[in-house]
Amino acid sequence: MSEPRLDLTASPHLHSPDSTAKIMWTVVFSLLPIVAAAGYFFGISALLVVATATLSTVATERLISGPGTLGNGSATITGVLLGLVLPAGMPLWMVAIGGVVSIGLGKAIFGGLGQNLFNPALIGRAFLQAAFPQAITTWPVAGGSFFALKGDNFALPLMRGSAPDVVTHATPLGLMKFEHTGTGIGSLILGNVGGSVGETSALLILICGGYLAYRNYLNWRIPASIMLTAGLFAAALHLINPLYPGGLFMLFSGGLMLGAVYMATDMVTSPITHKGCWIFGIGIGLLVVLIRVWGGLPEGVMYAILIMNSLVPFINRATQPRVFGVEAPSRLKRKAVAS
Amino acid sequence: MGDVLWVFVSSMLVNNFTLIMFLGLCPFLGVSNKVDTGLRMGAANIFVLVLTSIAVSFLNKFVLVSAPYLRLISFIVVIASLVQIVEMAIKKLSPTLFRELGIYLPLITTNCAILGLAQFQTSRGYDFTEGLAFALGGGLGLMLALVLMASIREHLELADVPSVLKGVGFVLVLAGTLSLAFMGFAGLFSAS
Repeated sequence: MSEPRLDLTASPHLHSPDSTAKIMWTVVFSLLPIVAAAGYFFGISALLVVATATLSTVATERLISGPGTLGNGSATITGVLLGLVLPAGMPLWMVAIGGVVSIGLGKAIFGGLGQNLFNPALIGRAFLQAAFPQAITTWPVAGGSFFALKGDNFALPLMRGSAPDVVTHATPLGLMKFEHTGTGIGSLILGNVGGSVGETSALLILICGGYLAYRNYLNWRIPASIMLTAGLFAAALHLINPLYPGGLFMLFSGGLMLGAVYMATDMVTSPITHKGCWIFGIGIGLLVVLIRVWGGLPEGVMYAILIMNSLVPFINRATQPRVFGVEAPSRLKRKAVAS
Repeated sequence: MGDVLWVFVSSMLVNNFTLIMFLGLCPFLGVSNKVDTGLRMGAANIFVLVLTSIAVSFLNKFVLVSAPYLRLISFIVVIASLVQIVEMAIKKLSPTLFRELGIYLPLITTNCAILGLAQFQTSRGYDFTEGLAFALGGGLGLMLALVLMASIREHLELADVPSVLKGVGFVLVLAGTLSLAFMGFAGLFSAS
């Protein structure tokens, strides 16, 4: 009879089957339906933009950080998300530059995954917005033949290409801001409106995000607080002055859904505690409505998330929970000062 | 009243001295390692800004109408003497803070945000209250930028920043990123 085996290992003994790579790839797969919908609405141009952004981020990650970090899929997510927040007619060389900036300035410079402060895809988008303000606000109309390009995708760098005749159209938010005309909630929910590649179908984004929240891969408190705040704030403004957009319009238009579900919930750049997540989401909701209603730009989701990202260290410090059996940090500090 | 409010918000967020107009970068880079120091540096800046604004209002009204060529020189003299007063006060009231701020305290004299405030206030023709709102908003904006940057730097103290960028280079990149984020405030309240 053999000796009974006694395995001695250090705690924790319960471990979850999740790993960084598994979570990241699940998020990538949950984005696929949205990419497919983008292909349906904007044709091959949308797929070209998303593919270029992804290739560019992955290549940059490979160049800067070596082969080791490609497997965790975070560069792929950044690429797909970057592609989803650009207009379908964007020249591909600009998209590629956006990808390089996303990874280079958004992530690698902080030391790689887990240490970045801002959402990398949004850094790339903000950079493109500052560098090519015209190209990034040329919104093609959804629909039409699948193989018809939605803009001069193959323009050469720094050249004024021969743009094919494309019907462009203001986004629902642009219409609201500059011409004070609304868009039906139905088409906003289904996604048959102008806008970025991935900000069309609010319903689909909600379904995909719901799946991620069910798997606990995103903290539902963040999108919930963003939507509640933005919706209620806008509804209140609408009650005061009907010229302002209503709550539902605010929720389902522009990048709010994609931003709330996929950008703000980035595990690295959102606060640690649940209480912090509520504060974070409320801040984003308020800033979105502030910029959309009173700002100079029609859309403010990207800037709202970036600004709240920069406040995350502050929120984390303010919501630091009390260690069991120890006095609250603020009181301890006061004591230390007193003594 | 609306005008004063607009001047305040605009100088704090839309045209933030540090993040949008790139004025006053030396304290922004120099004393942004700790939130506490940043907060106090911001407070010292607000104090100097508000006093400068009051002094400039009086100078514009009573002295510079008859001698406009003295503008720059009188501004510099006023700022330098104000900073001296602040320095003496801080040295007396809080020697610790005095040591922490070090060279950056007398450097408020050459802080371009202060001279910028005086010049903008004159060229935009702000009256006394608007000038005060401008100084308060601008000072709070400076403080906001300083504290934001300090909290970010504390947070990232252990991040594996590439060695070529350690230190000021990294802070400059962060400043650029923050300034990208603050572009979202462009045009805020200008339509209404």
